[in-house]
Amino acid sequence: MSVTTGLTPVITEFWDQPDLYTIDGYRRNGGYRALASALKQEPDALIAQVKDSGLRGRGGAGFPTGLKWSFVPQGDGKPHYLVVNADESEPGACKDIPIMMANPHALVEGVIISSYAIRANWAFIYIRGEVPNAIRKVANAVEQARAAGLIGKNILGSGFDLEVVVHAGAGAYICGEETALLDSLEGYRGQPRLKPPFPAVAGLYASPTVINNVETICNIPYIIDRGVDWFRQFGTEKSPGFKVMAVSGHVNRPGIFEVPLGITMRELLDYAGGMREGREVKFWLPGGSSVPMLTADHLDIPLTYEDMAEAGTMLGTGTPMIFDNTVSVVKAVTRWLEFYKHESCGKCTPCREGTYWITGMLEELEHGNSSEERLNVIQHACSQIAGRSFCALGDAAATPYPAAMKYFREEFVTATATPVDTTFDPVAPYVFAGAAAR
Amino acid sequence: MTVTNSTSSEVQAVEMVTVVIDGVAVVVPKGTLAIRAAELLGIEIPRFCDHPLLEPVAACRACLIDVEGMPKPQPSCAQVVSDGMVIRTQLSSPVAKEAQEGVMEFLLLNHPLDCPVCDKGGECPLQNQAMAVGRAESRFEGEKRQFEKPINVSAQVLLDRERCVSCARCTRFADQIAGDPMIDLLERGANQQIGTAADQPFESYFSGNTVQICPVGALTSAAYRFRARPFDLVSVPTTCEHCASGCSLRTDYRRGEVTRRLAWDEPEVNEEWNCDKGRFAFPYMRAGRLQGPLVRENGELRPASWPEAIDIAARGLAAARESSGAAVLTGGRLTVEDAYAYAKFARVALATDNVDFRSRESSDEEAQFLRSAIAGSPVHTTYSALEKTPAVLLVAFEPEDESPIVFLRLRKAASGRTRVFSVGAVTTPGLVKMQGTRIDATPGHEAGVLAALPADVVEMLSQPGAVIMVGERIAGIPGGPSAVLELSERTGATLAWVPRRAGERGALDAGALAGVLPSGRPLEDVAARAEVAAVWGVDASALPSMGLTGTALIEAMSSGRAGAVVVAGVDPADYVDVELIRSALDAAEFVVSLEQRHSEVTERADVVLPIAAVSEKAGTYLNWEGRARPFPKVFREALDMSDATVLGLIAEAMGQSLGAWDVNGLRSELGAIGTWSGTRSPAPQESASTQAVSLAGTSAVVSSWRHLIDAGTLQEGEPYLAATAREVAAIVSAELLASLGSPETVKVTGPNGSIVLPAARGDIAEGVVHLPMRSVGCSIYADLGVRPGELVAISAGGAA
Repeated sequence: MSVTTGLTPVITEFWDQPDLYTIDGYRRNGGYRALASALKQEPDALIAQVKDSGLRGRGGAGFPTGLKWSFVPQGDGKPHYLVVNADESEPGACKDIPIMMANPHALVEGVIISSYAIRANWAFIYIRGEVPNAIRKVANAVEQARAAGLIGKNILGSGFDLEVVVHAGAGAYICGEETALLDSLEGYRGQPRLKPPFPAVAGLYASPTVINNVETICNIPYIIDRGVDWFRQFGTEKSPGFKVMAVSGHVNRPGIFEVPLGITMRELLDYAGGMREGREVKFWLPGGSSVPMLTADHLDIPLTYEDMAEAGTMLGTGTPMIFDNTVSVVKAVTRWLEFYKHESCGKCTPCREGTYWITGMLEELEHGNSSEERLNVIQHACSQIAGRSFCALGDAAATPYPAAMKYFREEFVTATATPVDTTFDPVAPYVFAGAAAR
Repeated sequence: MTVTNSTSSEVQAVEMVTVVIDGVAVVVPKGTLAIRAAELLGIEIPRFCDHPLLEPVAACRACLIDVEGMPKPQPSCAQVVSDGMVIRTQLSSPVAKEAQEGVMEFLLLNHPLDCPVCDKGGECPLQNQAMAVGRAESRFEGEKRQFEKPINVSAQVLLDRERCVSCARCTRFADQIAGDPMIDLLERGANQQIGTAADQPFESYFSGNTVQICPVGALTSAAYRFRARPFDLVSVPTTCEHCASGCSLRTDYRRGEVTRRLAWDEPEVNEEWNCDKGRFAFPYMRAGRLQGPLVRENGELRPASWPEAIDIAARGLAAARESSGAAVLTGGRLTVEDAYAYAKFARVALATDNVDFRSRESSDEEAQFLRSAIAGSPVHTTYSALEKTPAVLLVAFEPEDESPIVFLRLRKAASGRTRVFSVGAVTTPGLVKMQGTRIDATPGHEAGVLAALPADVVEMLSQPGAVIMVGERIAGIPGGPSAVLELSERTGATLAWVPRRAGERGALDAGALAGVLPSGRPLEDVAARAEVAAVWGVDASALPSMGLTGTALIEAMSSGRAGAVVVAGVDPADYVDVELIRSALDAAEFVVSLEQRHSEVTERADVVLPIAAVSEKAGTYLNWEGRARPFPKVFREALDMSDATVLGLIAEAMGQSLGAWDVNGLRSELGAIGTWSGTRSPAPQESASTQAVSLAGTSAVVSSWRHLIDAGTLQEGEPYLAATAREVAAIVSAELLASLGSPETVKVTGPNGSIVLPAARGDIAEGVVHLPMRSVGCSIYADLGVRPGELVAISAGGAA
């Protein structure tokens, strides 16, 4: 065993208790203790604690949460809003939905504390429409909290009022982009907004708004309850804390592992039971299809925001996807681009037209109908999207191909004349231990 | 008073910033967008979604520039410059150049490149900018997106979706400017497309603007589609003849026919917009025109030569004038110059003051109001002043129907600090779009309401800059003109009279109304008579005394007291008493009709003289502001047979020279007469109607005005425009409709008969029904025999 970093179950600590999703189950394990303590403190003191904790956004960008909160103008006479981005739809990311299903009250408690801190009297939880089970769990938790006097008027006698709205999206990847989410929440078609103004100044209904990821918000009660020093004992200086990592792909035991930031992929792989018998890591992505891929050479790099950046990628959602050597990287990249083409909102030219074009070229490539010159055109087209699109979705779409070309150029060149399915057994990636590939 | 508009003449310090673009420093007002700052240096950055009058959206990404200190290229259409900012455009930055070229390549991927058959080809921003920054050859080898084409977003506006670049100019125009967000982007990714809701076509009065601002050939008009290539057209800047808004237009013609009209840039008037009527209603100049003079012989009209027809007209008018006096009726289409010619012809050649330009409901009180307060008055308020005014009160005026560009400007003003109030019985869609407040008034009883306005409204109107806008329908309201004058005096609010037709204000100022000589000179003022007589070269004592107007004048024609009649641009159907004017024309001893098209008047005339339509002559309209809107002749080859020219020929033949009859001569003559600073005619002092409205059973008071797109003469020959007219319906309150048993249709009955119309529920005063004044299927004068303020009976209707 090469594992030296232990698991740190916090949000996931009591997931084996079948009634954790109820308010009683949550309370039995210390739930809502942080809320009582938070409501006795000044909001600014809470913001300071979150700032000091160094907590970074778990949605993908890793922006310091406390700093984001501090951008909300105080005493401006406008209503403030907290919006929880629970529109988890990144390919490979599956952490927020399990959190909401297993431990929804952690989210609700986090929402109440965070709203108090930023002086919001309304909070919205925008959940991906395709996951009705998670929506039901969160809606139920909100109702239980309301019945317990934790949501509504004068919460726990503090004088603080809060209404929480659980909103179901209609199924668009773009609505995970925070400003598109706001448009969607306001009843408009979900397309990203022009910035500035930034949401902290003019967000939902043109009022100051904080938008945080589910996991980020779930961290808040634990930080408030157990303290900044406790939080900072995990992780690194720049990436403090723990992370709910969802490992998927060709591992023997895919699943959710809550670990301190700084753990390596190699350690995480061991937790996940290692690779399938006789297979090895071909490429892997630290957090969703929108971050550049890495290879087996990068398994010992700590999974932190800063180390991943240094390796030319991003921690992203922190949900590693592992691919073994049965997988055609050409095919994987093509599938991702098909996703981005399907999900492009259409607002800006580079993303709308670029994903259409690149996907077409990749589909031809997959069938052995391309050329090296065409590979360069794809590369160039990606460079015409990256940094030129309206929002980060375009940048994400332009990511997989150049990253794959960096490590697997030869495979792409081969594919220009040979259909991928003749070089890679199309069934092999789906066949598990015992069944031999061709 | 706070100045909020940079076009104001009032000086206000503007904070300036210095920005360096491609190595050249330029000083611009704070808040300027990079793309505008670059324009000041003559640097043209490619753009599609950018439009100076729409909010930035930064969607097309064609205008990316390199800003020092920013990691990624920025859209210059949304990038506000700051002091010291260093910007590099495609001229000095490889990053910007490559980014722009990349976007252009993307835009052309799915574009069909069907320029040879596309109406936009030759004037297409996509075509032009593709030539400037695009590749000569496409690297795209895939299959382009295809759509069924074209689809109708309205009867008039067609959409070829495959050409669309999703710039959202049209949807933003419809939402931000017109307030008619009936088109929007649907679907996503490469399937994104413009569309409408299933049950709501794009029936906006301003829909044509979307065709004009579309930077590709995606939106076309049914009227112009496949009619011409832009490079074959000759373009002339003109003025719209349809209403008193006074829009600048560009008229494009080919082979002696107008092919299309566009809104032209006039920041002080129509900005860059116009209404669909102004854009599309010009085919009347083509079909149904009179081909030559006609004279009546043995009861039948027969063609005649110009000299013969002029001679017969002159002799007939001279004889009839001697025996029974004369009358001059002109409609609202006249230019200032032509109206002046009629005013002078009446007084000099026909020796009569019996002249009235108001071929619509009119009253003596209104005539007094116009003479005393409006005729010849300088510009009191303007479009840009409307944007700064704290409050506007609308009286007998529905801007969206009766002066659409006033509506657009009021809507823009209302998004600022201007508050709009309207005295009337109906909360119209237009009023809602102007965020306006209705002050309830039963039709015919507005004068009483004006005398007793709520205190807060009076206070708003008492603030500096407040404006009262009065429509021509004030004429039908007993005591209305007097009440408006009194309110203006009481509050200090500026008074603006907004007639519906383009020629009315000019006709008034030119003196085409009994009792008033050019520039508001009272006819019976000795000094005024002397000034005018001197310019006209006649003896002041030879000028006639006060003549008749309105119904009195028509009755005089019938009874042989005004037998020599000259009629121009008059449609009897516009008069309240249609039968009275018809019989008067029949009874008159000798009728000369100066007309563009065959009409009810030419049928009854003794001599018919064809005159030039607006594109065949030069002239001037005075818009509601009192702003002169001159325009040149469009067809260089057209004979300049303007009304003034023809009147000059008749006068010569009568032995009475009128002097100048060309447009320049008439303008200088009007200039020589000059403005009037003497005593003005007395103001009217009528009292408001005190007659209580007695609603018996299911009767209702009529509220009515002319819809923008209706059965008007000048809209003939344009079926696509006609199809975008508002639904002709009877608008009643929910209570009244319920009391009738909530029928689908209602039957409206007046003295002349009944019509059955679809019933529409509206926010309307109890006991009032709103009907279109003269639309296809509903003409309240002819069909019902009522005018606004009168009673009709309402019952549940049968089949519509």
